Amino acid sequence: MTLGIHEFLMVSGLLFAIGFVGLLIRRNALILFMCLELMLNAVNLALVAFSRFTETMGGNLFVFFIITVAAAEVAVGLAILVALFRKRRSVYVQELGALKN
Amino acid sequence: MVDFLFYLFSLTTLLAAGTVILTRNPINAAMLLILTFVGTGALFVLLGAYFLAAVQLAVYAGAVIVLFLFIVMLLDVETARSGKPNYPGLVAGIGVGALLVAGALVLYKRGDYFTLATLRESVPVGASTRSFGVELFTTYMLPVQLAGVLLLIAMLGVIHIGKRTRDSSGEEASHRQ
Repeated sequence: MTLGIHEFLMVSGLLFAIGFVGLLIRRNALILFMCLELMLNAVNLALVAFSRFTETMGGNLFVFFIITVAAAEVAVGLAILVALFRKRRSVYVQELGALKN
Repeated sequence: MVDFLFYLFSLTTLLAAGTVILTRNPINAAMLLILTFVGTGALFVLLGAYFLAAVQLAVYAGAVIVLFLFIVMLLDVETARSGKPNYPGLVAGIGVGALLVAGALVLYKRGDYFTLATLRESVPVGASTRSFGVELFTTYMLPVQLAGVLLLIAMLGVIHIGKRTRDSSGEEASHRQ
């Protein structure tokens, strides 16, 4: 058998599902960031697969920009996390509900 | 051969990703995240996107993971905090996860909907760095500039956030409700 686009899309979908489930079940903010990265990676995989199978360049370039934005996002997010940890001594999201109500 | 490599890499990626969200120790999660990124990079190679695979390894498996490990080391969070599990999150996670997995499987079943060439028949487009450079500096000139501005803003923001101000350095935060 030969590989088609649906194999790659299934792997991408399962990776996205794993990241999303992790986002819902975990409460450590560091792990939540890792789950965000997993989901971005899944989307990157789908975009590269579409780019390959439709033989257009757009998907590849979009993945390039997504990687750029993801790197910036991780840097800013982790800086916020460090600042938050300085104030609250915790990275667990259930203890960071200051904006609730 | 390519089929075997595809299944090997995708299985590795998925197992590592599943362990990332289940392990208690953040260091283990970061290490397994490396494995996930390397597996995705290998899938990029199978898809013919060699330049993106290199970028993936350099940026994700290099820079981002180093950042994560650095923060884990800096915060020194206790690894095993055993509280009561997050029941609403657990229920929602299982429900949404089942829906997403079902969607992925349906997508696989309905794969014939995509009347595209198979991997062997199609030609890789993003294989060479040259094609990337030409596209980036002609068609996608504005996004490149915007990405540069975004990185600059992110750098300034991180410096500003990370700067230790006088009132936040104390043990007792001045902001209490």
